[in-house]
Amino acid sequence: MASTLSTSEATRLAPATRSLRDRGKKRPGPYPYWFYIVPAIIYVVFFMVPTFASFYFSFTRWDLFTSTWIGLKNYKTFFAEQALIIGLRNTLIYAVITSGLKVVLGMALALLLTSKIIARGYLRSVVFFPVLVSTIGIGLTFTVLMDPERGLINQALGVVGINGPGWLTNPDLALFSIALVDVWKGVGLATVIYIAGLVSIPQEYYEAAEVDGAGRWKVFRNIMLPLARPATATVITLSLIGGLRSFDLIWAMTKGGPGFASDVIASVIYKQYQAGFYGLSTAGSVVLFLVVTIIVVPLTWWLNRGEEVT
Amino acid sequence: MKNTRGVVIGGAAIVLSAIFFLVPFLFSFVIASMDRTQANQLEFTWPQPFVLLNNVAEALAARDYLMIIAFINSIILTVASVAALVILSAMVAYVWQRRISRWSPLINILVLAGLIVPPAIVPTIWVLQTVGLFRTMPGLIFIEIAYGLPFCILLFRAFIASVPRELDEAAVVDGAGSVQIFFRVIFPVLRSVVMTVIILQSVLIYNDFQNPLYFLPGTENATVQLTLLNFQSQFTTQYNLLFATILLVTIPPLIMFIFFNRKIVEGMAAGSVKG
Repeated sequence: MASTLSTSEATRLAPATRSLRDRGKKRPGPYPYWFYIVPAIIYVVFFMVPTFASFYFSFTRWDLFTSTWIGLKNYKTFFAEQALIIGLRNTLIYAVITSGLKVVLGMALALLLTSKIIARGYLRSVVFFPVLVSTIGIGLTFTVLMDPERGLINQALGVVGINGPGWLTNPDLALFSIALVDVWKGVGLATVIYIAGLVSIPQEYYEAAEVDGAGRWKVFRNIMLPLARPATATVITLSLIGGLRSFDLIWAMTKGGPGFASDVIASVIYKQYQAGFYGLSTAGSVVLFLVVTIIVVPLTWWLNRGEEVT
Repeated sequence: MKNTRGVVIGGAAIVLSAIFFLVPFLFSFVIASMDRTQANQLEFTWPQPFVLLNNVAEALAARDYLMIIAFINSIILTVASVAALVILSAMVAYVWQRRISRWSPLINILVLAGLIVPPAIVPTIWVLQTVGLFRTMPGLIFIEIAYGLPFCILLFRAFIASVPRELDEAAVVDGAGSVQIFFRVIFPVLRSVVMTVIILQSVLIYNDFQNPLYFLPGTENATVQLTLLNFQSQFTTQYNLLFATILLVTIPPLIMFIFFNRKIVEGMAAGSVKG
């Protein structure tokens, strides 16, 4: 007997499977629901219960054992304290900058790395590798590289006569410097997503454009950009979610400093937790949840809706 | 004409990529190879004398071989979480893809929520404490599984959709039970996506910093990433040892990258487009 099913065999099997499916109403059948049980328990206990519990505990003064209802006081504290407001503002700035730069640079690099140049494979590897490296390792390396006097970056700038700034010591600059390192590490992922999007554009479009005599810019503007829209949607969604939640890199580089200049919601949550303000920390988690949901859910919906229309 | 263009632009790109992407790694490497006095100058020059192996040995031996213990912890965490993730998410994705029911939309919502919603930290600690798993390796493993499930389920589901149903139906006719069908017939067919999930998740979980920081704190059972950050304050005047540690921590992802470059890139692109 051949391993593949012929048409006649398939029809012969059809009644048998149908009767099995009828019986499946009484018995579990070949796709039993109990396959869901273990993962569902893990997911519910360790992810969903804490998420729902956070709404309650954010309204309490809490030491993990006893909680006292104090209404909106944690939220009032959160929005009254300058340090915490800075964290909220910084989270938004950081997310917008990193995703914006990842879209632009990812697209540019993808265009470069799909064009006819030498050493494409090597270049793709080099750009992508930082994605896989430990965020803490990269954070520590760049903290040294960005040292105002001894750091390699300012020494190199000094050679060409530029007096480099205190990348991480200047309060106005620290957050942006970390954002740049974040882009350095993450742009490889945006690039491979764009490359996948660009190579899936059918060759005929380019041929038709060539026949019509369209220039490079027109091909990019009217063919590549619209047809790579799903890739753009993915890059924006992913980097916004990552940017709004980001913690590791900031913690490795400045711990939110100098002062509170590079604090984000995630680092505020950690600091309040360390200080023992569990209720306040949980309010921070709820604020982060709301920020992420309010921004990402409508955006994803809007980006995907546009996709269906075209 | 076109070729010269390709060479010129490609050449320029090689130079720029070397400055922007290779120098930070080369810098780590040369500092990690210097002796203490030279390393503390933080200059990007050739190490004189070249003592990389000594530094690596010293970094590993620091604080009673803390880094070696950390590597063992990270390996246990990664292997256990990834093994469980592969089997559990394949099982969910299989039933979810094959059996349309009133549960299907619910799973859809849960998976999307898992990808978007940031975990609530302190309540999670409270849950872990309640079930007696706070500050334990099994507790952290459960956390990694819970957070990794949505992404893995999506990857598996997309692949299972391309596996013909006739395969399961033939096995049913042969009288195989559902567990047998899944493990003997379906699972072996998923080999390629299983590899993708293993590679992606092991890099992610090995590099994870935030979850070990909250749920498995302390120095004795710390993972590699935590120990690395602890060494920053330990090695403030020994940059050679700090960078030797950074190099050590970078080796596992580097090995993954050398062997599975294509697979990682394909998996990340495919997985994120679906997510």
